[in-house]
Amino acid sequence: MRWSISQRLHIDLPLLGGLLLLSLMSFVILYSAGGQDNAIIVRQALRLLMAFAVMFAMAQIPVRYFLGWAPWLFGGGLVLLIAVLLVGDISKGAQRWLDFGLVRFQPAETMKIAVPMMIAWYLSTKRLPPNVWHTVIAGLLIAVPVGLIAKQPDLGTALLIASAGVFVLLLSGMSARLISACLILFAVAAPVLWHFLHAYQRQRVLTFFNPANDPLGAGYHIIQSTIAIGSGGMYGKGWLNGTQSYLDFLPERTTDFIFAVYSEEFGLIGVLVLLALYLFIVARGLYIALNAQDTFSRLLGSSLTLTFFVYVFVNIGMVTGLLPVVGVPLPLISYGGTSLVTLMAAFGILMSIQTHRNRLPT
Amino acid sequence: MDPRITERDQIRDHMRETQVFGNRVRVAVLLILLLVLAIIARLIFLQIFNNVHFTTLSQNNRISVVAIPPSRGLIYDRNGVLLAQNLPSFSLEIVPEQVENLNATLAALKELIDIKDSDIKRFRRMLKQKRMTNGVPLRFRLSEEEVARFAVNRPRFPGVDVAVGLARHYPFGSLAVHAVGYVGRISESDLPKLDASNYNGTTHMGKGGVEKSYEKVLHGAVGFEHVETNSQGRRLRVLSKTLPTAGQNLYLNIDLKLQALAEGALGVNRGAVVAMDIKTGGVLALASMPGYDPNPFVNGIESKDYNLLSNSPDQPLYNRALRGLYPPGSTIKPFIGLGGLETNRISVEKNTFCPGFFRLPGKAHKYRDWKPTGHGSVDLDKAIVESCDVYFYTLAQAMGVDGMHDFMTQFGFGSKSQIDIKGELAGLNPSREWKRRARSQPWYPGETLITGIGQGYTLVTPLQLAVATATLANRGQRMQPHVVYGTQNPAEQTIVVQRPLSLKAIPIVKPENWDRVLTAMSRVVNSPRGTARAIAVGADYLIAGKTGTAQVFSIKQNAKYSSAKTAERLRDHALFIAFAPVEQPRVAVAVIVENGDHGATVAAPIARMLLDQYFADYPLMLTALQ
Repeated sequence: MRWSISQRLHIDLPLLGGLLLLSLMSFVILYSAGGQDNAIIVRQALRLLMAFAVMFAMAQIPVRYFLGWAPWLFGGGLVLLIAVLLVGDISKGAQRWLDFGLVRFQPAETMKIAVPMMIAWYLSTKRLPPNVWHTVIAGLLIAVPVGLIAKQPDLGTALLIASAGVFVLLLSGMSARLISACLILFAVAAPVLWHFLHAYQRQRVLTFFNPANDPLGAGYHIIQSTIAIGSGGMYGKGWLNGTQSYLDFLPERTTDFIFAVYSEEFGLIGVLVLLALYLFIVARGLYIALNAQDTFSRLLGSSLTLTFFVYVFVNIGMVTGLLPVVGVPLPLISYGGTSLVTLMAAFGILMSIQTHRNRLPT
Repeated sequence: MDPRITERDQIRDHMRETQVFGNRVRVAVLLILLLVLAIIARLIFLQIFNNVHFTTLSQNNRISVVAIPPSRGLIYDRNGVLLAQNLPSFSLEIVPEQVENLNATLAALKELIDIKDSDIKRFRRMLKQKRMTNGVPLRFRLSEEEVARFAVNRPRFPGVDVAVGLARHYPFGSLAVHAVGYVGRISESDLPKLDASNYNGTTHMGKGGVEKSYEKVLHGAVGFEHVETNSQGRRLRVLSKTLPTAGQNLYLNIDLKLQALAEGALGVNRGAVVAMDIKTGGVLALASMPGYDPNPFVNGIESKDYNLLSNSPDQPLYNRALRGLYPPGSTIKPFIGLGGLETNRISVEKNTFCPGFFRLPGKAHKYRDWKPTGHGSVDLDKAIVESCDVYFYTLAQAMGVDGMHDFMTQFGFGSKSQIDIKGELAGLNPSREWKRRARSQPWYPGETLITGIGQGYTLVTPLQLAVATATLANRGQRMQPHVVYGTQNPAEQTIVVQRPLSLKAIPIVKPENWDRVLTAMSRVVNSPRGTARAIAVGADYLIAGKTGTAQVFSIKQNAKYSSAKTAERLRDHALFIAFAPVEQPRVAVAVIVENGDHGATVAAPIARMLLDQYFADYPLMLTALQ
């Protein structure tokens, strides 16, 4: 059996193609959303370059190393999370950063990968589907870092990491009875959790149900973004012609709300193209997971892929008013660096799963 | 090939695992497709079905949400005299985004309208801390002529407009300023404390007194309108409108007539007067002199005027009634006396001999009485009536500092009175424990003695004195002092009265003890030897009271005190507490005149004037006796 060049470089060409196309779209949209500022494009290009480099590096590491590292990565991440709560930097009212002098570092980001990795590692040593006891242990392994992150407070990231861990559990074959038991438990605990939310977080959820209630505060974002999207119509107003964004009505238009800029300028057709591209990447990720050779790879690969989809869905859902406002960027399109690197690291792992295959005896 | 993976996998049901995983992935794909369909459905709903609606909203015309600030509640005194009102005012506002050349615009405006450099300085400052897309005010209180002059030239100034608003105005100026307070512009440091949404469009907030403490009630709820504007920012039409809810009007317990009388009586003196309704805790007058005119503060007082106020040695900005800390002097004697009776440290029958001084056993130091020749044989009644110091030195020694501390605490000394306006101080009710904690020093026996006559460490605010007097007259039932009488929804006539709040009552050991002390206080005014006998002349009701003189600095042993020689600022503070009528107490008054020398001659007449006025205006309070 011969290895192709891409196989030797440990690159999955379809995945790489999809990601590159998305990055290209990111430049186009950012140029418009950022008020045609070249500096933004240059900065985003540098970030993407770095993120792709990280992806490439991750792809070179065989999966069995990840398997070996999982508990250490997870343990280290936990220590850093606790450190953040104790000595972390406060920016925008939340304590999320660790300052190492030159580098500022957000431990919650590593947990986006470390948590599903840990759960996949744990479950891969057990007989699947997992029994009640193993499910409870896995649940605790998810709950501890999620709780720490929620306390920072970064509810959005906490929920995303929780879902990444839960996906592993679900995909491992957790029985329907266990799933429904967990759902009931959650329904009972929901009022208690509501009590622990910050006032502004409750406000966001309430505003979601009735944005017109608070048109000057939190509802403003949603009202303005639905106006932008709705006025885009079938074909859009054309590139650089989005009035909502140009007249300063859209908040956070290069970051969380960039989807509104895109839909205003490129219309429903443009959005469908973007969705198709995202779906293609998700499909490729699931394909890689389905063809993986061991349980750990399968669980990790599929969980990372599903989490990627959740990012896309939560962001678009928020901007279109289907979901409450949570600060989740649109993967690969939004301006900003931290989450980009984590995202591409995940794709690197997927590529590693696909390209470090054991030769099967013929 | 990794041996670890295969070894482990051998004992697993490989086929079943892959199959289950495959099934789960299929379910996931199905869910993904459903969610994507939901997004697409939502997008079709927004972009296809509602495209026309959203296009009108965004096309060419900008839709903006404009906050309509609620009108602030008015403040009245107890008789409905207006203390704080809202007057229409015109101000010149600039929306910076719509001005091409700000400097040129400012220069051109300056030729048209009188704009001072200080206005421009303030404008630039506010420009930096701008919130939302509202205009930034350049000048306040435009005259009608200026408004007209600008209206003619308006086309020359895109982005500049005259804004009509309501400005707070205090028609009585400095009168009752320390109770009413004032509003000022919301500054950057205020923002974190405010509900950003509700204060969108609100420019002012309460900065002192009732205006500050009742900010929530006075402010009301913001309204908003969706406005269509053209590219110059001019409003074209209102699409929808939600009206604001106006703030509640406030009625104060304060009687402006009494307040004016109190402030007038203090005159050029520094000092404070607090008058309280004994039964309700309603504050009838809360005077702190000197005061200041709150009106310049509304739109930002000029810094030179502000410095004048804040650097004045008379400290007009300082609310003496709530924050002034004074030694209570002899006004504390009725309370200590009651404490002695109730805690069984003295008996009524026992007399103490006063030779004019007191010595601690084995010590040479003489604690002097104010009367060098002494009062002779003194019982509690005589000790209060003639304000004998030696009697209270003896009693203080018997009670001990902690005994006095514990008893005085019940009257609210050393703790905040919980009045409904912010900023009051707690004063100081000393104890051994306090001195150890605060000073890291042991308590000395001599300090117990002077504590018994209201000197030493003890510090009270005029408000505390009034509350304590009211509590004494009310036989132990303490009321929470309240400046606000009630609130009124401006759309309705009815006033919602705030219920008087009873605080913890002082347990009475023997009612006769209270009778004796209250009687002694009456005899301070109504007996020929009483220290305040002068104010009984001509009163057709009975007043009870106690004079006090608080030393500002201590006098050396054997030195003679002469007020004429002492610099004015070093003269004693004059104090007087009173309540009336004696038979069924309704009003309590505390008067402090800084450096006023003698309580009886300076402070007591002020209390008499207030009481006269009160019973002249509210004769029912007297007839209820019969």
